[in-house]
Amino acid sequence: MYVADIVVKLKKSILDPQGDAVRSALKSMGYDGVHDVRIGKRIEVRLEATCEDECMRLVDEMCAKLLSNTVVEDYDFSIREESGE
Amino acid sequence: MKLGIVVFPGSNCDRDVQTAARAAGYDADFIWHTDTSVDGFDCLALPGGFSYGDYLRTAAIARFSPVMEAVARYAALGRPVIGICNGFQVLLEVGLLPGAMLRNTSCKFVCKPQRVRVEVAPARTPFTLKLRPGQVITLPIAHGEGNYYVDSETLEELELGGQVVFRYCDESGELTAGSCPNGSLGNIAGICNKAGNVLGMMPHPERAAEDILGGADGRLLFDSVAQWVQGGGRIVR
Repeated sequence: MYVADIVVKLKKSILDPQGDAVRSALKSMGYDGVHDVRIGKRIEVRLEATCEDECMRLVDEMCAKLLSNTVVEDYDFSIREESGE
Repeated sequence: MKLGIVVFPGSNCDRDVQTAARAAGYDADFIWHTDTSVDGFDCLALPGGFSYGDYLRTAAIARFSPVMEAVARYAALGRPVIGICNGFQVLLEVGLLPGAMLRNTSCKFVCKPQRVRVEVAPARTPFTLKLRPGQVITLPIAHGEGNYYVDSETLEELELGGQVVFRYCDESGELTAGSCPNGSLGNIAGICNKAGNVLGMMPHPERAAEDILGGADGRLLFDSVAQWVQGGGRIVR
């Protein structure tokens, strides 16, 4: 069993109104050093795969097809093997 | 004339579209998202709502409904398909129209009557036969993610190809920043595919299709497609 840890974020070129709202909130709380806030999603997928390569391929496919919209989002992920219980 | 309304779990404007179609004098039936055929319909509508609860992303999961393959085949034949609000988002996700929707720049769900300007000649789409370029109509909007985005290259293609069908405007038809309710590029409220048979729009024509609803501008779209179908799928005047 593998665990994929996936992060989906808006592309850098795209404004993130939610992130902007949080940035101004942090600023108004006195965190003057905050320059930018970007909000994304973290998705954890547990899946079966025969090997690490296959797992990478499957997760990449899932990200491209469903988990992100590549018109406006970028994704990144790491995988690890889960030790048997 | 028979309209097919695709119903996803979470669609909530399906009945409104049916009522508007009936008010315009034609038949309208529902197509469940698990159906694999859309045979027998002269036009398809993807209604507004929150398909699959908008989980993950608006329209992300609806895109993979069994019915969507049939919708794509139907669209490829040049037959009329309209996606309204969440239905527009589905058309974007499935790639029948280019671009994506981002959260409104205000971060707020906007729900109000909105003026939109018609940007195309009547014959550009089956849904605009009874509209004229520059005409300002009022249609309700209700969305949290209607901030249309597309890369600059595709935007230019849309503009040059006459694929921008509606833009948000003020009462005099001017495209001011203040008249754009969600931050959409170029005040875009609706676009069509190159062929013109697939239209996606955020405003709700079905919510303004009878005077009792406070306005009947939306009825013009329903009457347009009926006229298009009656003309045998050609432009008739």
